[in-house]
Amino acid sequence: MIEGLAALYIFMLAGFTGYEIISKVPVILHTPLMSGSNFVHGIVLVGAMIALGIAENTTQQVIGFLAVLLGAGNAVGGYVVTERMLEMFKSSNKESSEG
Amino acid sequence: MEALIQASYFIVAVIFIVGLKQMSSPVTARRGIVWAGAAMVLATLVTFLAPQIIGTDQAVTNVFLIILAIALGGGYAWWSGKRVAITDMPQMIAMYNGMGGGAAATIAAVELLKATSDASAKSTSVANELGADVAILGILGAIIGTISFSGSIIAWAKLDGRLNRSKLLPAQHLVNALITVATIGFAISIYFSSDLMPIVVFFALALVLGIFITIPVGGADMPVIISLFNALTGLAVGFEGYVLGNAAMIIAGIVVGSAGSLLTHLMAVAMNRSVSNVFFAGVGTDTGTSSETAQGEMKEIQAQDAGILMAFASQVVIIPGYGMAVAQAQHKIYELTQLLSDKGVSVKFAIHPVAGRMPGHMNVLLAEAGVPYDMIYDMEDINADFKTTTVALVIGANDVVNPSAKTDSSSPLYGMPILDAIDSDNVIVIKRGRGAGFSGVENPLFFADNTKMLFGDGQKAASDLIQAVKELS
Repeated sequence: MIEGLAALYIFMLAGFTGYEIISKVPVILHTPLMSGSNFVHGIVLVGAMIALGIAENTTQQVIGFLAVLLGAGNAVGGYVVTERMLEMFKSSNKESSEG
Repeated sequence: MEALIQASYFIVAVIFIVGLKQMSSPVTARRGIVWAGAAMVLATLVTFLAPQIIGTDQAVTNVFLIILAIALGGGYAWWSGKRVAITDMPQMIAMYNGMGGGAAATIAAVELLKATSDASAKSTSVANELGADVAILGILGAIIGTISFSGSIIAWAKLDGRLNRSKLLPAQHLVNALITVATIGFAISIYFSSDLMPIVVFFALALVLGIFITIPVGGADMPVIISLFNALTGLAVGFEGYVLGNAAMIIAGIVVGSAGSLLTHLMAVAMNRSVSNVFFAGVGTDTGTSSETAQGEMKEIQAQDAGILMAFASQVVIIPGYGMAVAQAQHKIYELTQLLSDKGVSVKFAIHPVAGRMPGHMNVLLAEAGVPYDMIYDMEDINADFKTTTVALVIGANDVVNPSAKTDSSSPLYGMPILDAIDSDNVIVIKRGRGAGFSGVENPLFFADNTKMLFGDGQKAASDLIQAVKELS
């Protein structure tokens, strides 16, 4: 469904989108944002599930299983770490407004 | 069913972009990650309905395997992500990023293995079986993902202190170049053949390449490398998304790829290094004795005296570094800050763009301790202030205040912008020992006339300072 030129347009537009998102970020959010983008490419999990689904023999199944394992690690780990970091920003907001 | 899945992916892609955008402001950042997390759950759930999964003969087995793999991989990541100390987060990001790269590479492996067996049955080539575009992007994603995987694991091991060596082979760069050529050679041979052998060798070479590229990289350059691998994983995910015809993967992957590239560039600029420079000459790998020009005696100061000096100062600027993170001293430092503020001392925090192991690392730690934003200054905003500063308190920072970056053209740090702590009336350096910094470069600041060393663990030293200041009132 996504082929040739259409894909090229998606690549181009997504590329500019990513550039645009980062270009106005304060330094204090660089680490959380790197972590956040690390989480976002955890969408690879979806592809890994498909890869395991289409596996035809045991070898491919084992590799596909590994793909899902790693993809899930990326997605879940990325989320947990990013959320923990941003959680601290929230609490610091509160304290500074009290004091 | 297909329409439902595609519509869901579309929504997921939109939420990812909006979520990332929200993460670029402190006010909305947390909402951003929660939304993106919900989108990820949605994407995962609808994928179970995909015909490639429930439409096959082995649907039951495969669904079971998928759930098992998610439970194991996700469970481990959840457990490790929850218990990791805030200070160790950079290496965890590296590890999770490596897992993503590995996932992209293994997806490519499954695709290529399938294509190989189909192609050899029809005695044609992988290129004919998949189509040129899919084959090329699939193989490219495989190289990038594999390098990102093994490279990130090495980065994790180095940051976690499990791997200290930075030299592996003589003429490493030549070896790397040869392996790169060989990897590309086998990539081409996968494209034109239907054999299994090139695929196996290709992945093995790419794994080794990732390891060899990362091992020589110096500690100070690690943030740049992790950010680069993050961008590369994004790219690999985008390419494999094209192979699978999955729009959500393409968009999320490419957005991260370009955002990560820009972030990498920004970090490299902050350290006055080019990305290629980082790769081909790691800081501190050539431990040349020429740069060890720092001479003289370090002058020690006791916490008592340091406390008095700070309590009667008009302005104190605190420069935190990775050492503060290691010592978990940020809470004590903030307590000290509040005490000094109560005494009418103007206290500011000065953050170097690459302080710690990642840009913004120190900000995260100070936020954890409750330090308000308006006390924290970036390098450009504070450097002029040092001339009117009574005490610059350096805690656990080293390379970012090393004046040889400005004065000594033979120093590996030469050209990196630094915090001009040396300009202030007094410099107090809290430091564990007398050794050189993370980059292995000696720091003349420690020997300067206006510098006093307060040796000891960061947390202990901060407590002693608090005690000293309290005793005055």
